[in-house]
Amino acid sequence: MSISPREISTDLVSIRRTTHSPVISLVLGAVMIGVLTGAPWILPASFVSVLMNFFILVTMATMWNLMAGYAGMVSIGQQAFVGLGGYATLYFALKGMSPYVAIPFSALTCALIAIPVTYLLFRLRGGYFSIATWVVADTAGIIIGTIALFGGGTGRAVPGFSNFSPTQITNFAYLSCWLVAFVVIAGTYFLLRSRLGLVLSSVRDNEISARSSGVKVTSARRTVFIIAAAGCGAAGAVLAIAQPYVQVSNEFNIQWAAEMLFVSMIGGLGTIEGPIIGSIIFFALQQSLQSHGAWYLIIFGSLAVTVAIWQPRGLWGAFRDRFHIELLPVGYWTRAKK
Amino acid sequence: MIWTNLVIQGILVGGFYALFACGLSLMFGVMRVINLAHGDMAVVAGYVAVMLTPHFHIPLLWSFLVVVPLFALVGYVLQRTLIQKSIDRDPFTTLLVTFGLSVVIENALLQLYTANAQTIAIGSILYKSWHPASIIYISYQSLVVLVVAVAVLASLQLFLSKTGTGRQIRAVADDQEAAQLSGTNYRHIFGVAAAISFATVALAGIAYGMTTQFAPTSGGINLLFAFEAVVIGGIGSLWGTLVGGIALGIAQQIGSHINPQYTLLGGNLLFLIVLAIRPQGLFGKKSSL
Repeated sequence: MSISPREISTDLVSIRRTTHSPVISLVLGAVMIGVLTGAPWILPASFVSVLMNFFILVTMATMWNLMAGYAGMVSIGQQAFVGLGGYATLYFALKGMSPYVAIPFSALTCALIAIPVTYLLFRLRGGYFSIATWVVADTAGIIIGTIALFGGGTGRAVPGFSNFSPTQITNFAYLSCWLVAFVVIAGTYFLLRSRLGLVLSSVRDNEISARSSGVKVTSARRTVFIIAAAGCGAAGAVLAIAQPYVQVSNEFNIQWAAEMLFVSMIGGLGTIEGPIIGSIIFFALQQSLQSHGAWYLIIFGSLAVTVAIWQPRGLWGAFRDRFHIELLPVGYWTRAKK
Repeated sequence: MIWTNLVIQGILVGGFYALFACGLSLMFGVMRVINLAHGDMAVVAGYVAVMLTPHFHIPLLWSFLVVVPLFALVGYVLQRTLIQKSIDRDPFTTLLVTFGLSVVIENALLQLYTANAQTIAIGSILYKSWHPASIIYISYQSLVVLVVAVAVLASLQLFLSKTGTGRQIRAVADDQEAAQLSGTNYRHIFGVAAAISFATVALAGIAYGMTTQFAPTSGGINLLFAFEAVVIGGIGSLWGTLVGGIALGIAQQIGSHINPQYTLLGGNLLFLIVLAIRPQGLFGKKSSL
């Protein structure tokens, strides 16, 4: 990768990075951000609590999608970092730090733990890599469950909220979930527009030709794995704040991995919009089938399998190919100048 | 004496892990598919044994006579339809599809049969145990499972090396295109391999149901054990899987001896150590990674 995008001669080609005027995206984005930030004050409480879970899932799915959709790593062990993030928040809170302040530190803790983990996991490929991520998650859950400070298997309440009123606690929990989701999505967007994004897109499109052009695939993957660990750690941290209780069986639940995977697949792998749209569909299904037990997961899983086989670009991918619209464009369109 | 007992118990449970894992290993070896629904298939087999065989008026002990052929058929059909479709896309899709299947199966079982644990009650004969020394108890049941596992592995090995279909399976596993050029219908061969894999996992599921209780979500942990056995033993080696299963069993026994909470941790740590020191496993070739 010796050529950076800026060095391409622009005398010969014109380069576009958006499908429509960026002003439209900016205005729409600003309105969305305004509404979502004010949600606890303008929307009904039941909706706000769904929205909170929605942001947690969007955060996780965005990270999962960065790994699977761009770097080709199917992890079914991301709950390891959700759990470690949650327990890191508990630890910092027990040591007297405000749980809100602990969010970035928990994410950082997960990133640090992820570094040695990559050296183990990257010895395996494909499906073996996938199940090995699960072994790591299982091991992490067992170890955390034996630590008396964290309440063992029964878990422990996250302290540090005594200075706030119940309304404040709810509102701050919502705002933390929303802020983390926003930072993760915005971060992913800028990451994919950066040089690393170009590297990842080339690996996604054709790993062999990317390697032969000198792309350092393994180190790009390692970076992505560490970022995804940090993102899932942040999701685990806000999950711990939202509960506010941590328990091994909840934080390290493989259900998180299943949801991340389904949401990204249905929405569209390898797009930023995909996991968001997938999460909207997920919560729409979950809310409308609430009284029917596990049926929403059966339907959602079958939908995911169907999409994977017959529409591998997902719903957003299909929509984008049909109408040529990108809400969060990260690619390049080049055209020769006359 | 304690250590002898740990090793013996590890070997006994290791046989069961090998029985569980050989189908996983076969499907990966032949069509490069990691069936993430492998563990759930075993659980489904357990449920079929408990729920359906009473209708055929045969004792539960003999339920495998119905369940195993049924699962071979299910395996063949599933391979020729859904799994083949995802193989045609890419290996990545097979992971997503089998994981999707796994979650659908678990939740469908929950919906149909609730989260209550089930067991395959087979009467008292096999629950007795042999007591050769002061603290060593060898349950007849675990012994039977170990014998069955070794018999299954041996006949699988014989089948693959001596029969025409076995040769075709090995040919497709080695070089799919060359086998195709020589007139092998690889899709059919994939189906046969899947049928064998599902038949063995059904047997493992019934053995599991006789040994312990199972619930709709028991599949995951069994997939984990099977997978650990395969990686420890070496990817692509059937006897390696048996040794891997036994090593895993012993590691778990040692963990549980230190603290019952560490049973799974012992196995996981052995897996991670093998991964760090010898990623191709004890009997695997480096190229198969």
